[in-house]
Amino acid sequence: MTDQTTNSIAFVADGNIPQSPPPARETGVVKWMRENLFSSWANSLLTIVAGLVIYMVLSGALPWMWNGVWTTSSLSECREVLAGEVGGCFSVLSERWNQLLFGFQYPQDQYWRPTLAFVLLFIAGAPVLFFDLPRKMLAFTAVYPFLAFYLIWGGTIMAPIVAFLGMGAAAFVFQTYGKGSFALGFFGAIVAAFAVWIIGGALIPEGASETAMLQAVPSRDLGGFMLNLMLGVTCVSLSVPLGIALALGRQSDMPLIKWICIIFIEFVRGVPLITLLFVASVMLSYFFPPDSTVDLFLRVVIMITMFSAAYIAEVIRGGLAALPKGQYEAADSLGLDYPQAMRLIILPQALKISIPGIVNVAVGLFKDTTLVSVISMFDLVGMIRGPILASTEWAGVYWELLGAAAILFFIVCYGISQYSQWLERRLATDHR
Amino acid sequence: MSDLAIEREIDRTKMSVSDEVAIQITGMNKWYGQFHVLRDINLTVNRGERIVIAGPSGSGKSTMIRCLNALEEHQEGQIIVDGTELTSDLKNIDKIRSEVGMCFQHFNLFPHLTILENCTLAPIWVRKMPKKEAEDLAMHFLEKVKIPDQANKYPGMLSGGQQQRVAIARSLCMKPRIMLFDEPTSALDPEMIKEVLDTMIELAEEGMTMLCVTHEMGFARQVANRVIFMADGQIVEQNEPEEFFNNPQSDRTKQFLSQILGH
Repeated sequence: MTDQTTNSIAFVADGNIPQSPPPARETGVVKWMRENLFSSWANSLLTIVAGLVIYMVLSGALPWMWNGVWTTSSLSECREVLAGEVGGCFSVLSERWNQLLFGFQYPQDQYWRPTLAFVLLFIAGAPVLFFDLPRKMLAFTAVYPFLAFYLIWGGTIMAPIVAFLGMGAAAFVFQTYGKGSFALGFFGAIVAAFAVWIIGGALIPEGASETAMLQAVPSRDLGGFMLNLMLGVTCVSLSVPLGIALALGRQSDMPLIKWICIIFIEFVRGVPLITLLFVASVMLSYFFPPDSTVDLFLRVVIMITMFSAAYIAEVIRGGLAALPKGQYEAADSLGLDYPQAMRLIILPQALKISIPGIVNVAVGLFKDTTLVSVISMFDLVGMIRGPILASTEWAGVYWELLGAAAILFFIVCYGISQYSQWLERRLATDHR
Repeated sequence: MSDLAIEREIDRTKMSVSDEVAIQITGMNKWYGQFHVLRDINLTVNRGERIVIAGPSGSGKSTMIRCLNALEEHQEGQIIVDGTELTSDLKNIDKIRSEVGMCFQHFNLFPHLTILENCTLAPIWVRKMPKKEAEDLAMHFLEKVKIPDQANKYPGMLSGGQQQRVAIARSLCMKPRIMLFDEPTSALDPEMIKEVLDTMIELAEEGMTMLCVTHEMGFARQVANRVIFMADGQIVEQNEPEEFFNNPQSDRTKQFLSQILGH
């Protein structure tokens, strides 16, 4: 050991070198900023410009929001309170909040009914959207449309009960005969439903709605954000199954079904939604029997559903086309018949592929429900453009009202988008 | 080729062929548009036979066995599978499909279902078997193909060889009387080929009627009792494996064998 010199290669460490903190430029905020904000001169320039823009926007918007007035009852009063300072007149929101939500004709003492329907919507929707929940909850989902109808429109309770019984009869007929022959089950179900509705409708006494427990509210009295939500939820939940049927029909081997589906899809996609809405409000009644009064809400639902179903059908067709042919062959070779193969093998995969597209259509559809304001239905935008901005108190309050509408729509649409991303992650099983 | 893939002793004594006819093809012709893919195919397969169908690519071998469970439609001739004639009647087709198992080159497992669900799906929906019973059955066959521990995984998490064995188990769960294999090892690595072939040999030893399109000549030599050589949409030659490999008759067969066995 005595001949060991400083430049010997043999080496034994005689202790641990203690941990020391990394230099400041390699950790925390400084590192992050160096890497993300100032990594090159171009990046630095962009950072500075972006900072200026953010400053300008916030320096304008923040005082406007911060100084906002929430308690006055008209625009002129609000301007007096502000006394020339910058500030938003948010009092239009607090004063007209119920009108924005429910429209201006819905009876004020009945606001609890749509609110309750809205809350129950979450319970009804949960088992459909989150399929890990117990399947028994679907029983409530099946009842919900009729319950919500009763809550929102009121009138005689017989109407939703007859409607429910009709659907129940249809489901029963389809379960019983659909196994033997799909066509028999399908058309038998339609006949059964109409039979129950016609007989049941005749049994409801005249004028039952006037003496009903819940005051009847006609469709023209619906309005506000409630109307957007109602149209959105109804049309999305109707147009997804219709879209699936159209997509499958378009692939059908039977030329008649195939051509009906192609013509429907191509026609509806080729026409602007506004045109369809005008047809719904003005012309559709020509197609119904002369003395029948099909509700305006129902007519609009039919049109929006048709419109979005055509789009959803094309999205799903894309999903079907993306599936390898081997999946169809494997399903066939196991002896599954067409409905089984579709339901168990093809659609679960095709729909999963189509989720982003379907959600895209659903979000678009929800926002397009504001178009009903052009056929004088007072949805959220219709309420703002019509009764509120036209009133003497609030003429000229644009930013606050339209901003609030934007926020309401954004919350719902962002929620839909987040749900779809969760769903995609949840369904990711192929580990590609 | 891969004679090496099969190392184990094969018990041919159990592989008995009965006189009962399992599949009868008479005068079958098929066209894709103008193209005549299958030309006057005549073939009788007895119960318990193991038939290997070989031939160059594009010779129509896959198309032929895909006609047997109506994945492809034939335009002329008669196919009788397990006593039922294949016609365009959907009831007949579904009946035959539930009696005939099929394995594909690319496995075609259902990626959105677990291994167990892949296996129980057809028994539950086609055979109307209670779920519990179907699961027991599926576990039985998964043990047979030696992957019971993967039952709750998804197909995407398994290797190719494991997936193909699951595909075999999935077919077996329908208790088929005939198994069709469409190039079951063509998409696999050499070591995985061995595990799949082993599974197929076990099936053969149990007396399953098998029709197998494959390039595994080792398998053909040792397991098959008849080799069929197809070229240009027709059956060119058929013989017992020994005769077929050692003493091919037609020039087309000789050429094919020299190419496939030459290196």
